[in-house]
Amino acid sequence: MSSETGKILTTDGIPLEESLKQSEKKNKIKAFLLVAPLLLFLIITYMIPIGDMFSRSIDDKMVTNMLPKTYKAMENWDGKELPPEEVFEAFYLDYKILVKNKTAGKLQTQLNYEKNGFKSVLKKLARKQKKFEEGNYKEQIMKVHKRWRNVEYWRAIKRRAPSYTYSKYLKGIDMYSNEDGKIVQVSEDRRIHRILWIRTVEVAFFVTLFCFLMAYPIAHLLATLPMKYSNLLMICVLLPFWTSLLVRTASWMILLQQQGIVNDFFVWIGLVADDNRPEMMYNKTGTYVAMTQILLPFMVLPLYSVMKTISPSLMRAGKSLGATPAVAFFKVYFPLTIPGIGAGCLLVFILAIGYYITPALVGGASGTLISNQIAYHMKSTLDWSFASAMGLMLLTGVLVIYWIYNKLVGVDNIKLG
Amino acid sequence: MALPKYTEPHYRIWHYFYLFVCGCVFFFLIAPLFVIFPLSFNAEEFLVFTDGMKRLDPDAFSLRWYNDMIYGTKNPWGLAARNSFIIAIFATLGSIILGTLAALGLSSRHMPYKGLIMAILISPMIVPLIISGVAIFFFMAKVGLAATHLGIILAHIILGTPFVVITVTATLSGFDHSITRAASSLGSSPYNTFMKITLPLILPGVISGGLFAFVTSFDEVVVVLFLAGLDNTTIPIQMWTGLREQLSPTILAVATCLIVLSVLILLTAELLRRRSERLRGINR
Repeated sequence: MSSETGKILTTDGIPLEESLKQSEKKNKIKAFLLVAPLLLFLIITYMIPIGDMFSRSIDDKMVTNMLPKTYKAMENWDGKELPPEEVFEAFYLDYKILVKNKTAGKLQTQLNYEKNGFKSVLKKLARKQKKFEEGNYKEQIMKVHKRWRNVEYWRAIKRRAPSYTYSKYLKGIDMYSNEDGKIVQVSEDRRIHRILWIRTVEVAFFVTLFCFLMAYPIAHLLATLPMKYSNLLMICVLLPFWTSLLVRTASWMILLQQQGIVNDFFVWIGLVADDNRPEMMYNKTGTYVAMTQILLPFMVLPLYSVMKTISPSLMRAGKSLGATPAVAFFKVYFPLTIPGIGAGCLLVFILAIGYYITPALVGGASGTLISNQIAYHMKSTLDWSFASAMGLMLLTGVLVIYWIYNKLVGVDNIKLG
Repeated sequence: MALPKYTEPHYRIWHYFYLFVCGCVFFFLIAPLFVIFPLSFNAEEFLVFTDGMKRLDPDAFSLRWYNDMIYGTKNPWGLAARNSFIIAIFATLGSIILGTLAALGLSSRHMPYKGLIMAILISPMIVPLIISGVAIFFFMAKVGLAATHLGIILAHIILGTPFVVITVTATLSGFDHSITRAASSLGSSPYNTFMKITLPLILPGVISGGLFAFVTSFDEVVVVLFLAGLDNTTIPIQMWTGLREQLSPTILAVATCLIVLSVLILLTAELLRRRSERLRGINR
């Protein structure tokens, strides 16, 4: 609007443009105020705690705080030869306080992680340091144990100087940084986490695949049947969906036990001998079967909602143009269901990858997943920083999948029921 | 799905095979639930069908496990049920209030950063439960709400709101905003408009979101496992403990009650869905 023609004014005498802007702003604030309570609530109780998990997982202040004087004295030490007298003195003073406060044990454990055999050396020092005389601590400490002359042990202390560490993440993929600061794998018999990661992805992948293979035909049937039949059959999908997860897991525990109905059936049809009933629970089979049944509705519902929108005349048109039913299906129908397949697979895969309850109950030792390991460290070993690190690694994986899915298909078409 | 007469034989076989596969999948989905039913009336302590049950001998059936569930001294099911209902009801109310408000804001076309905010609001649904459990536990422990009812309720509000946000936003997507403008042009206050016009129209969405939130809370184990103390044991926690230690038929009695409850919830949800679809149909 040019200034010569004059601005359009509202009845209050304010330029219309400004008045509109003001009301727009007011509406924006109004909308935001409606969202604000939930947003604030989630940020405080959920987003910040997840961030807190990160700081917990890299937190390594324990050793740093236990040896403040030592690390200050070590600042000028290059780590090539034995440290100078100041470092020895500072370490003696720090350690004396720890022994007095009865917290030396923690330091011993922590430094033993860094260098094997540190514990006994420190324990001996704890006993002997009471008789130390003032001055020349270097000589006195080195006299306690000959390993104090080994520069490796001092380097091990120095490695713990930073107040943060990524060692928990390395541990999560069965690696650690060795004495030289190089990242290496742990010995073969101790690589437990990598097996768990691979198994988790494998189980999630196959459960998703099984769910897809089973859900596709029934979703198609539900979408093409007349309403009065499909509503009845829909109950078969929705009832498990609304039923407690634990109830469904319990029913699988009854079915799959050695004297259970599935085994009875196998014996009856002569597939297995009565005295040789296979173990179907407390292993991977149990995890697969139970998880597939439990997650199946999450695949059926999005597929159904997409298939419902596909007009049957499209297939008829394809056939009338000379396509065989198979060709018509793969060229016309299948591509149209891809958004549903995407949504279903994403839902099932993300749910499966973080599954905890069912694997814990029917999985046994060979069917547990990464989330069981996280829960184990949360509740049993109380290594919360390691649990946080593993949790965040899992979360990163889930977010990456989510991001890829969003790029490929778009998140907007996820529907509930 | 009768086939036309001119169908070729190989296609006919294929079609029956397809129906057979569908039948198997439906059986796989629904049959496990029906195992629990008869076994919960077992007179014996075993979790297998006894010979008496196979012969339908009335003596092989009894209500002793239901009796044990209600009056058994060892089983804290009464306390667990009370806790479960209290927690689920308050968590549902909280989720409904916070979720509906947020959905109203989100469906306004003036809302800035819609995508980002929506992502934050539904994140508890995407993040694996175990991670939510760990994070919420750290928060509740820090503010001293671990092992309290309030802590668990808040945790379940976090998990329940995404469902309410999604269902109410979906309902609002078919909502004709000129109705509320008409109301305010007739002199209605915004509060009055919401209560008399908007709420009744979006109520099916609100309630079905609330049902989701209720079921989520009522069935939630992972987060409660981290948060609950002895006084806040819930039905899922009791079931979890029971299933880990020894499978007793009492659990099956509880499970049967839960299935009945889920049938009721399913019926309510279905009725609401149809109603809301009808309403949306009229609006279009």
